[in-house]
Amino acid sequence: MGKYIFKRLLSLIPVLIGVSLIVFFLVRMIPGSALQMYMGTQVEATPEQMEELKRLFGEDKPIPILYIEWVGNLLHGDFGYSLRTGRPVLPDILNRLPISLELTLYSLILALLIGIPLGVLSSLHQNTFGDFLNRVVGLIGLSLPQFWLAALMVIAFSNSSGWIPMGNYISFFEAPLKNLKMFFLPSLAIGFGFAAVVMRYTRNSMLEVLQMDYIRTAKAKGLRYRNVIIIHALKNAILPVITVTGFNAGYLLGGSIVIEEVFALPGMGRLALYAINQRDYPVIQAIVLVIATLFVVVNLVTDLIYALADPRIRLIEEKR
Amino acid sequence: MKTPRLLRNGIAVAGLVLILLYVFISVISFFWLPFDPLAMDAKQILQSPSFSTGHVFGTDEFGRDILSRIMKGTSVSFIISISATSLGAVIGIFMGVWAGYLGGKADNIIMRFADILFSFPSLLLAIFIMAILGEHTYNVVLAIGIVYIPQFARISRGAIIALKGNEFIRAAKSNGAGRSYILVHHLLPNITAPLIVQISLSLSTAILLESALSFLGLGVQPPNPSWGNMLSSARKVMMFAPWTAVYPGLAIVLLVLGFNLLGDGLRDMLDPRLRNVR
Repeated sequence: MGKYIFKRLLSLIPVLIGVSLIVFFLVRMIPGSALQMYMGTQVEATPEQMEELKRLFGEDKPIPILYIEWVGNLLHGDFGYSLRTGRPVLPDILNRLPISLELTLYSLILALLIGIPLGVLSSLHQNTFGDFLNRVVGLIGLSLPQFWLAALMVIAFSNSSGWIPMGNYISFFEAPLKNLKMFFLPSLAIGFGFAAVVMRYTRNSMLEVLQMDYIRTAKAKGLRYRNVIIIHALKNAILPVITVTGFNAGYLLGGSIVIEEVFALPGMGRLALYAINQRDYPVIQAIVLVIATLFVVVNLVTDLIYALADPRIRLIEEKR
Repeated sequence: MKTPRLLRNGIAVAGLVLILLYVFISVISFFWLPFDPLAMDAKQILQSPSFSTGHVFGTDEFGRDILSRIMKGTSVSFIISISATSLGAVIGIFMGVWAGYLGGKADNIIMRFADILFSFPSLLLAIFIMAILGEHTYNVVLAIGIVYIPQFARISRGAIIALKGNEFIRAAKSNGAGRSYILVHHLLPNITAPLIVQISLSLSTAILLESALSFLGLGVQPPNPSWGNMLSSARKVMMFAPWTAVYPGLAIVLLVLGFNLLGDGLRDMLDPRLRNVR
């Protein structure tokens, strides 16, 4: 297992380099330099001041050198400075990161809590009315725009106190229960569609596993029905669900950008949108980089969990 | 006459019916709309839905008829989702097919590029591209299209690799067929099944992505109606005029549902491995 983890960690490096290249060069495609945007049309500067500013904004060197310097700074925790506030970008992001992460994690847990039991139930009662209903609701869940669901929630629950955050954010460490209550609807809005995905995967995967011989053997041995389903069938059927969960964690993180906006939660998504409106490119660049890195790491962790859950994968990978 | 297989699949038919309904609405909207979707009317601000005023879905905060705006928005959604999907599909399939067919170094380079694009959550990548290109309808198409490239590349590459070793390909080669000939005449026709499913699902995601971008103010710009920007402006008034948020959202859900149903039905039909499962 150690060798496998090491190999997978090593494979992160080229991907992260690629991600940083894309972020760096896309931002440089914006017409007009950061310096021009910062100066606007009102400010005048002497040639000497311009030289100094150019050096400060790092526009005095060729682009490949700038890229290497930028990566070097990133590795030292220097993510640049906001064009609007002049403050370093990283602390602002780190302050807001917990909110976005909590939303993502919360919505993931809700989606699994809703999706897996419903998927198992559907597979056990295949082709009944309940199964049909489940699948239809699932498809509708896949088709709902998260932000619309969120808006409907705001309309419906605006009078019930504590459910809609609306500007008064309480952190988990201040008051855990209040925080969980406040994050419940936003997380549900993000996770609802994903619950449908989990449900569909669990159902299909269970249907496949339930046809296997060892399930029949387990039943024939007279094991308790519940144990056969949970211990024998679900344990194997859960593998594809793990993979799809990992792939979708990033999608949930992306969803939190929009949902934070609807519920006015001060997370990374709101910071990103604010930065976009203000054309504050160092902030945008840093946020995209942080989220993409998180996404890549989550995918890696998924692979590792998958390898832990399925010894076959571990063996194949180690032999390679 | 035998009914085509697609029509015997209830799920796919339901999806097709929904989509055709929207196509119909979109065509009609070019010739007739209940009201001018851009005409503001200070006397008709935030009218609740009613048949007597003629505003069946009510009016928005500028007194514009919501039904007319939804109808107009139908073509906007169709145009954006179809163009974005075509863009992503053409480039992605081209990359994936060559990567799978050539193998080796070319494969490595093309697929690493796709992997890197894949390391961004799709909505984030689309938002990022919009932030760079600026808010314009063309850029929405470009942003969503770029998001789709790696998905199509992966699927077509996988399908080509699975196909490449087959006898009929080797037979064609030994008959002296060139690379391009084999690609166009033997490989491409045989990978259409997974691609058709992916196209249908991509059309649905494109509508969701476009509406999310427009909702955030990064997509189609007002006063041009798009379902997403209608919801965006509804945010200010939806607490006391919920119809401004409900109907545009429903319009999105039903069309996306249509594409999802069609995609599901097609997958059932075209993917033999799943046929026994369901």
